Amino acid sequence: MTRRSVRIRQSVGAYALIAPALTLISVFIIYPFLRNFKLALYAIPPFPGLPSKWLGIHQFTTTVTSDVFLNSLQATLLYTAMVVPLGVFAGLVLAVTAHQKLRGMAIYRVIFSTTAVSSVAVAATIFGTLLNPVNGLLPWFGINVNPPFLQNTTWALPAMAIIGIWEFMGLSFLLFSAGLQSLPEEVMEAALVDGASPVRRFFRVTIPMLSPTIFYALAVGTIAAMYTFGQMDVLIGTGSTTYTNTDTLAYLIYQSVTVQPNAGVAACISIALFGITSLITFLQFRFLERRVHYVGE
Amino acid sequence: MSENKVSQRRFSPRLGSNLRIVSSYAILTLGALAVLFPLYMTIVSSLLTAKQFGDTPPDFFPPTPQWSAYSNAFFSGHMWHYLFNSLQQTVEIVMGASITTVLAAWAFATYSFPFKRILWTIVLSTLLIPFEVTIITNFQTVNSLHLYGTMWALSVPFMVSAFGIFLLRQAFLGIPREMREAATLDGQGSMGFLWRVALPLVRPQLAAFMVISALGAWNSYLWPLLLTTNSTTNRTIQIGLKALNAGTIQGFNVVLAGSVIAAVPMILIMIFFNKQLVRSLTGGALK
Repeated sequence: MTRRSVRIRQSVGAYALIAPALTLISVFIIYPFLRNFKLALYAIPPFPGLPSKWLGIHQFTTTVTSDVFLNSLQATLLYTAMVVPLGVFAGLVLAVTAHQKLRGMAIYRVIFSTTAVSSVAVAATIFGTLLNPVNGLLPWFGINVNPPFLQNTTWALPAMAIIGIWEFMGLSFLLFSAGLQSLPEEVMEAALVDGASPVRRFFRVTIPMLSPTIFYALAVGTIAAMYTFGQMDVLIGTGSTTYTNTDTLAYLIYQSVTVQPNAGVAACISIALFGITSLITFLQFRFLERRVHYVGE
Repeated sequence: MSENKVSQRRFSPRLGSNLRIVSSYAILTLGALAVLFPLYMTIVSSLLTAKQFGDTPPDFFPPTPQWSAYSNAFFSGHMWHYLFNSLQQTVEIVMGASITTVLAAWAFATYSFPFKRILWTIVLSTLLIPFEVTIITNFQTVNSLHLYGTMWALSVPFMVSAFGIFLLRQAFLGIPREMREAATLDGQGSMGFLWRVALPLVRPQLAAFMVISALGAWNSYLWPLLLTTNSTTNRTIQIGLKALNAGTIQGFNVVLAGSVIAAVPMILIMIFFNKQLVRSLTGGALK
């Protein structure tokens, strides 16, 4: 066999191997993502089969300046601002505390990992019951909010955020535990030898050393939080969201696919949500990555 | 051993060390309570009668455990049926995604072919596209492929994973080139080597991928919700749980029993495959 024919045979073989994966990626990820940009430029015809009407950028500007969109954007950003810092902080503190040679740490690890495997429907159900105004625990604690938490303009979104924090805490804990295990032990021991107090050690040694993991957890958490809508759907639903302000942007997309189908508007919201999230991620890279201290560089 | 003790005593005075241990346990126990208390109350409440559930003060222990909420959830709430749907969806996704992912990762790791670099960049860049922004067209695609209303609609879009391809390609690249060359000299083809040598070598990474893939499939919410709003036959356990919340069957205890049923399989996976789970969840975090 000539070298050329071997090369051709290899290429054919390689394409046969990547074909299934590439087909699925093209059909279910790339094509639908790119098609958003086309959908956003057209009005969906009132009846299927009629030609779509060209609207250009008009549909996009109308959508992203509408009150519905701006309220949702505010809810999404507020939700993210509540969930991500608190979730990262809780996971960090627990992971650092559990990273000691003390008895029973293995049990704590398993406990903290639990929330990372709980689905959003499970977490929402559990907290929805705890927050129930009649049967929940709050009346017993003497906490009575009127209207009840899940119908309350002020408290509905923080209640959703508590569920989000509870869920994110587990992943955040796991990330920091893995990060701590990969750190060189000498540095921690040196700080211990220096007689630095635990709080000082935490801020001066642990946090700088963990900065790549903190950065990663912030980025992952932000992306996940920006696309949240599960607990809002389970506990509040599409009907009553107008006065609780818990319609996140992802929930708007869902609603404009099923509840009030409008592919054009849904595409505009998708593009905007993707753009805003990418922008936040980019800014995190731009301003936080500089402060990240990579061990051994 | 003795040296260790001396150094400990020298550098951490006894009082300070005790304080540190006590406060450490206090922090950890507080965190554990935040995680476990909601779960504990869920299990307790699912064993109460609907009437006991409204008790003040709340019951922190079921006086006489009632299992009727579970049979109600399983049968009247169809959770039994949904459990099998979820199982089917999860198995299909894990198997399908493992096959496409292993093959593609193997090609990207060991073959040279035209446009390899650009195709690899495209595969990696899809990691940045969240599923939520693709649902408009995907919903139409499963309709036009006549998959709507079938169980395949729930699994086919997820039978590939760019993250998995990335993870397994890294693992395959760790296999020494000499091993492959030796196998070629012995007359073993690329596929034979993949099946008999490479796959057993990357078993930890493959297992990690399968666990995270199962977790994602079992806990998925948006896509099954979209596909089963109007039809109940193909509902997964998560959507069944949402339906219980919506209150077609009376009783909070039934809803909570449903959430226990939906949560237990993944908690079991977490306990039995903890190492694989941690590896896959934290896979991207470490440089």
